[in-house]
Amino acid sequence: MNMATNTAETIGDNHQTVGTPFVDNAKLSMRNVNVFYGEKQAIFDVGMDIGTNEVMAMIGPSGCGKSTFLRCLNRMNDTIEGCRVEGDLNLEGEDIYGAKLDVVPLRARVGIVFQKPNPFPKSIYDNIAYGPRIHGLVSKRTELDEIVETSLQKAGLWNEVKDRLDAPGTGLSGGQQQRLCIARTIAVSPEVILMDEPCSALDPIATAKIEELIAELSENYTIAIVTHSMQQAARVSNRTAYFHLGKLIEVNETEKVFTNPDHQLTEAYITGRFG
Amino acid sequence: MNLTTLLLTLVALSAAIFYTSRRRSLSKAKALGGQHHLNSLPLYYGMMACLWCALPAISVLVIWSIFDGVIIERIIVQSLPNSSELTSSELGLLINSIQNYAANPGSLTEVSDPAIIQAAERLVDLNRVNAMARALLVLIFGVIFGAIAWTRVSPELRARQFVEKVFQSLLLLSSFVAVLVTVGIVFSVLFESLRFFSVIPVTDFVFGTHWSPQTAIHDGQVGGSGSFGAVPLFAGTLLISAIAMLVAVPTGLMSAIYLSEYADRRVRAIVKPMLEVLAGIPTVVYGFFAALTVAPTIRSFLEGVGFENVSSESALAAGGVMGIMIIPFVSSLSDDVINAVPNSLRDGSYGLGATKSETIKKVVIPAALPGIVGGILLAVSRAIGETMIVVMAAGLAANLTANPLESVTTVTVQIVTLLVGDQEFDSPKTLAAFALGLVLFLVTLTLNFIALHVVKKYREQYE
Amino acid sequence: MNSNKPSTIDLVNRNLQKRYRAEKRFQIFGIASIGFGLLCLLVLFTDIVSKGAGAFTSHYIQLTVNLDPDDLDITDITDESQLALADYQGVVRKALRDKFPDVKKRGDRRKLYGLVSNSAGFRLQEILKNDPEKLGEQLTLWVLADDDIDTYAKSKNDAEPFTGRLNDKQIGWVNTLLDSGEMQSRFNRVLFTSGDSREPEMAGIRGALLGSLYTLLVTLVLSFPIGVAAAVYLEEYAPKNKFTDFIEVNINNLAAVPSIIYGLLGLAIFINFFGMPRSIPLVGGLVLTLMTLPTIIISSRAAIKSVPPSIRQAALGLGASKMQVILHHVLPLAMPGMLTGAIIGMAQALGETAPLLMIGMVAFIVDIPQSIMDPATVLPVQIYLWSDSPERAFTERTSGAIIVLLAFLILMNTIAVLLRRRLERRW
Repeated sequence: MNMATNTAETIGDNHQTVGTPFVDNAKLSMRNVNVFYGEKQAIFDVGMDIGTNEVMAMIGPSGCGKSTFLRCLNRMNDTIEGCRVEGDLNLEGEDIYGAKLDVVPLRARVGIVFQKPNPFPKSIYDNIAYGPRIHGLVSKRTELDEIVETSLQKAGLWNEVKDRLDAPGTGLSGGQQQRLCIARTIAVSPEVILMDEPCSALDPIATAKIEELIAELSENYTIAIVTHSMQQAARVSNRTAYFHLGKLIEVNETEKVFTNPDHQLTEAYITGRFG
Repeated sequence: MNLTTLLLTLVALSAAIFYTSRRRSLSKAKALGGQHHLNSLPLYYGMMACLWCALPAISVLVIWSIFDGVIIERIIVQSLPNSSELTSSELGLLINSIQNYAANPGSLTEVSDPAIIQAAERLVDLNRVNAMARALLVLIFGVIFGAIAWTRVSPELRARQFVEKVFQSLLLLSSFVAVLVTVGIVFSVLFESLRFFSVIPVTDFVFGTHWSPQTAIHDGQVGGSGSFGAVPLFAGTLLISAIAMLVAVPTGLMSAIYLSEYADRRVRAIVKPMLEVLAGIPTVVYGFFAALTVAPTIRSFLEGVGFENVSSESALAAGGVMGIMIIPFVSSLSDDVINAVPNSLRDGSYGLGATKSETIKKVVIPAALPGIVGGILLAVSRAIGETMIVVMAAGLAANLTANPLESVTTVTVQIVTLLVGDQEFDSPKTLAAFALGLVLFLVTLTLNFIALHVVKKYREQYE
Repeated sequence: MNSNKPSTIDLVNRNLQKRYRAEKRFQIFGIASIGFGLLCLLVLFTDIVSKGAGAFTSHYIQLTVNLDPDDLDITDITDESQLALADYQGVVRKALRDKFPDVKKRGDRRKLYGLVSNSAGFRLQEILKNDPEKLGEQLTLWVLADDDIDTYAKSKNDAEPFTGRLNDKQIGWVNTLLDSGEMQSRFNRVLFTSGDSREPEMAGIRGALLGSLYTLLVTLVLSFPIGVAAAVYLEEYAPKNKFTDFIEVNINNLAAVPSIIYGLLGLAIFINFFGMPRSIPLVGGLVLTLMTLPTIIISSRAAIKSVPPSIRQAALGLGASKMQVILHHVLPLAMPGMLTGAIIGMAQALGETAPLLMIGMVAFIVDIPQSIMDPATVLPVQIYLWSDSPERAFTERTSGAIIVLLAFLILMNTIAVLLRRRLERRW
């Protein structure tokens, strides 16, 4: 049976996500999430958990909604006109889309790294210091210096830039810029880091460095990473979620997804029959 | 033959040559067996001949028209009995009355001098001869060149290429007008300024603190050279521009920020054009508003709260109204540069948990700063060069003061004052206006140049 | 890590209130800025309209005039010099005396004569010139009231009526006339039918309007073709080299040169060097052409740029020459954009004052210009001239002229906007 050709049949409106979408020690838990861009629906009834200090990879063909879903987790979709999110999204029991919730502290807790490195046109130091400064995390310059140093060290950039902290962040190479952006995110000490295809604009060496970094960070942070490199998902994540046309098809241990997936669509995707 | 008839005749002639040449190309083609034997479409043969006819004729006409007035005037002057004894201004007056009499012999003004009447009659004669000679020469040129073109019509002639060459040259010529204008500006202000500086030393002009050109009217008066220290004018210009920028920059910038970052699309669609109406209002209207409404209001208000000696032509009124005029200018330039800041930077900031105003103040504005500065420089250059508001609402007294409640004067006000009305072109008073014009041109040119360069570099950065 | 240090989220929450207050302040500042801009616009328009609305009406007084040949001192109606020198004022004065027979004292009578504008005499002269038969007849006609009277009558119902130079007797007469209906407010035709005048009630903007029209015609005829041609050259032909860059920098800089500099240019080149006459629309148009040219070139270039290259390639692929591509495809497609630019340039030229002062279009000109070679003034300059006059009636007329000017500008800009909407193409 060629399932790839007739997806509408294989994932009907009342499909069930297969595998193990839910865990006990959930940091983020999402139920019945629907996302609309104006009239168009982009995410259909997605439910899953992301466990504490877990690395969750989200994969799927282009336009499957994985990035949209990721951006729901710290309400980055608020900045897009006409975007509407329905369903229950919780961060340790707090409703992310609740009326009481304030996005400013939410985003301090759930940081995000974007596809294209976007350092501010400021010095390296000021890039890192930006978050702590706006949130008022430090009162003394020495404390700030310390945060900048530890963040850069955690991002593995310290040795490369420690002599030129006053140089503009935009002058770094692509991979360095992306690690700068990660360091900038870490500087606020978030609990969760969202990464939206963080390596897609980078060369293989820079990619390898970022992947190492993710592995190190996973000890202290909960990480959700969207990628379209299946190898990357396999290398960095504990669990993997497969999205298809806005629906969550399967969530499983990464090893299981890449060796023996439960759903035919997942299998079709990882074996390269479409993508 | 007057100019209109001549031009109409020339048009008719060109049309005739167009038509006959087109016919000729067709008939030649027919002899060969059809239109496809022609190098170009018949239309182009007609156009080619037409251009050959019209262009030389028009060139002759233009050259003739530039020189005929001067030549005729010289002939008339030489025929006057005592022309060599007159000064140039007296001569000008004399020529004027001759021309008036010639144009209107039965006019009410009584001309008694027989020399003038004689000269005027001669002038009428010369004008008639001149018009006839001009018409004759122009039409002969047209006919000869048109005829040459007509005889050259042949299937091998590359008529289309010729027409396109002429077309392209005309386009090039048009774009060259911009350069000519710049050259014209530079030379016209530079020459007169040099004449001015040959009388008044440059240092006196640039560093002098006393401005009273009026004394220079009386020719030959002892010490009647007036004083031309332009510092009070520069100071006044700066004071008024500074007030204008104090009004325009915060308001314009904040309006642009609010409209592009906060306001929703419908509000923006209504408010933005409404603010831009402010930019479309003629400056003379602002001048009227400043002089008749704002200045008295400010004056009575300030006197009401205890200030004394508030001038009715205060720098505050002129500068404030000028600021209002510049608001939309600042806001639309800032709007452009703010929109050029890539959204990824905003996302980066929001992603770290920054509020909207923090993102704007600490990411968007710093990123857009070069562009904003460029826009502000353009606005400053505009404020410095603005004329009507200050002419109507600021004063003439060249006070050297930093008090916005006093009356000051500006460079543009003085240019207008010195040049409006009858002037003699040799007096330092008139030439001073050109020296001020030179300063104004150089300053605004520098500002514009820097601003455009900065903005261009900024644009390229985010493209 | 450090357990006695407050956690990040606590620190964030601690500062939150302050940050949101800053956010609110920032937004309020933004709204206030926009509000200030809009308020200025509103105040400006209200001020002009409230000052100028009165200019469109004028008070007229009904007089019964006896065109008696003896009073007029006309013996032969066909004699033009007699007609020109006849004592029309005397007849008008007599009519006024008949209206108020009680006024006997010399001084009072002089005041009484002041009720009616000097134009009444010219009116009578005109009537006799057109219809000599009227000599000897008795006519009832409405003549213009003097400007002081008009101003008073218009402000009569205000809290503080403007009496100006009028004395109590005159005010009494005016009130009598108003009550009896012999003085009425009517549409001010003079404003649109006559040229400038020293007497406010006789001053109109027709001369200035026609001057503006001629000046703009010259500007349009010259600047549009030259501007479009230059734009076509720069976009379609110009090689990418230093010289082209130079032209481009030039054009951009010229667009920002203060307009008064163009006035100096016009004065030095057209008037001094070429010896053209002062005050004529031709020179005004030339100066404004140079001034608007950069605007037109820049907008035309944008319009040409927006024509997609695929259309050029399609035509070139069919064997069309470059000129044909431009004339048949590029220009027609870019025309709406170029016309919009031209209209905006013309609107700019219509409102321009300063450079025209330099070339003498600021003279006091009563005659209505008949061609581009007649001395003329333009509407903005007329506004400038009138705004200097102390009479209140002139202030009113200045505002009236501003209303007319703004109406034309709004009309032109509306056309430009509509044109852009109607003909805008999306590729």
